[in-house]
Amino acid sequence: MTTTAPTDGLDGREALAPPEPTARARFVRRFRRQLPAQLALGYLVVVVAGVALAPLLATHDPLVQNLNGVLQPPGGGHVLGTDDLGRDVFSRALYAGRVSLVAAAEAVGVAVLLGVVPGLVAGYAGKAVDAVIMRVTDALMSFPPLILAIAFVGVLGPSLTNAMIVIGVIFAPRFVRLVRGTVIAIREETYIEASRSIGTGTATVIRRHVLPNALSPLIVQISLTAAMAMLAEASLSFLGLGVQPPDASWGSMIERGFRYTASAPWLTVFPGLLIALTVLAFNLLGDGLRDSLGREIRRGS
Amino acid sequence: MLRYTVRRILMIIPLLFLVSLGVFALVLLIPGDPAITIAGENATEAQIDATRERLGLNDPVLVQYASWAGNALTGDLGSSLFSNESVVGAIGGRFPVTLSLTVAAMVAALLIAVPAGITAALRRGRWQDRGATLFASVGISLPNFWVGILLIMAFALAFPIFPAVGYTPLSDGVGPWVLGLVLPGITLGTAVAAEITRQLRGSLSDTLQQDFIRTARANGLTARAVIAKHGLKNAAVPVVTVMGFQIGFLLGGSVIVERVFGLPGLGDLAIRAVLQRDIPMIQGIVVVSALIVMLVNLVVDLSYGWLNPKVRQA
Repeated sequence: MTTTAPTDGLDGREALAPPEPTARARFVRRFRRQLPAQLALGYLVVVVAGVALAPLLATHDPLVQNLNGVLQPPGGGHVLGTDDLGRDVFSRALYAGRVSLVAAAEAVGVAVLLGVVPGLVAGYAGKAVDAVIMRVTDALMSFPPLILAIAFVGVLGPSLTNAMIVIGVIFAPRFVRLVRGTVIAIREETYIEASRSIGTGTATVIRRHVLPNALSPLIVQISLTAAMAMLAEASLSFLGLGVQPPDASWGSMIERGFRYTASAPWLTVFPGLLIALTVLAFNLLGDGLRDSLGREIRRGS
Repeated sequence: MLRYTVRRILMIIPLLFLVSLGVFALVLLIPGDPAITIAGENATEAQIDATRERLGLNDPVLVQYASWAGNALTGDLGSSLFSNESVVGAIGGRFPVTLSLTVAAMVAALLIAVPAGITAALRRGRWQDRGATLFASVGISLPNFWVGILLIMAFALAFPIFPAVGYTPLSDGVGPWVLGLVLPGITLGTAVAAEITRQLRGSLSDTLQQDFIRTARANGLTARAVIAKHGLKNAAVPVVTVMGFQIGFLLGGSVIVERVFGLPGLGDLAIRAVLQRDIPMIQGIVVVSALIVMLVNLVVDLSYGWLNPKVRQA
């Protein structure tokens, strides 16, 4: 089943590879078998490039209104039609994509920043400190995420940055648990004990042994969390609690288009399709990375 | 079993305490002076002072918390800043709508996921399995408001089978009530269905590879009996866990689905409260939904004891 000799013959370096492949080589070999994850990665590269090059690719100014040409169906001068103010949907979608992707990145960044350190502390300190940190994460996880986000945004005032910070806080417990789990799993390993016995400090042990071990599951979790953050941003913007006009994200474009469901379905269909595909891509990429990185971890918690 | 039950119930107390702290702290997060925010931007100095007095904002924070938590324990979550309606009363009035929607979503999810998960586990690697796996990936990736809008376009506008918006209470007849919940239920249930399908496929195909399944088959039990009696019961533990996890998602998702379909539930109340900055109402909704999540998780944990006797000793 695992013999891949014929294909190895095509690539000289591959055939000469040492019997003990490096982690990177093993990752590349395993990732090559994950077709959906590769497609997802390709799609994400295209989307990121597309929104980054929005000024070059946009056919119209995303903010310029044309009240003589409202709700025009796709085709003609407007690839994806126009909205209720006559703005070009394709150009708006490109710029809105920037907002959606940057928002997701912000939320993931906050979650990682807030999750990794408490996770390390909980795993290392154990006992009372661990118990307190874990109860706090339990409590945070007992709130329905979206309701908590809505409540915070309601108190702080609607803005995309507020929304994304809150989403990040809500997703942080996932990273706390993940890092804590990694620390606990390797804390008792012989090589850690050996390292300690020759006087390596805690900071060095964390940098040299703990973080590299936690990196693979972290990358997987980042991809999956990005998917959830995108959905959360879209939901909050759909409710009018995220990005504020005239700026738009894919979620707020749907909210605007929702009022014209019967007369202009393209206003909701296209941004929704972009959200769905991008979220799917992050999910598939996360699944593919999980199967390619580190040990065989088949099932999520 | 009794000891396990008692211990599990006692674990809720510190959790409740932390949740109440978090909800109370919402007020402290209000930027600037909460009294000004709550009294409104055009309020006079006297009105602001009155608001501060009414909310007890002149007291030390600990006293404020104690009085808020004390009232909450007796079932008093204060009253709306705008309608003077009691928070508990407002939530109680909206609750049947959200409960109906949540149940409809769970029913829709199980109707999709149980056949899909079982088929995928029994036909591992074949097209049925690929189809179910694809559905599981796509289902969790779709924004639910978008699904709702597409369903409205298809089954309320193009083919007017179901109502596009609105809620008919159960007291107006079972038929209209169910009819009005079909599209919202599918909308909210899709992601849950995807999650349960994935979990059921995994745990059932693991279970079916166990020795006791082979023994049961060898003893002459039919495939149907083995799957139903031995396979599904053992595969149910992780599936029930996932269903428990979904309750938080369902409560959050109901906010959006209620908005799309114009249902007057808790989510609708939450949005109104947020737009009006009705702080006691927001706090009340957060507390009640966290309480629901905790209770559902408690029930889930206790059901393990029934599904898997090993847990009782743990």
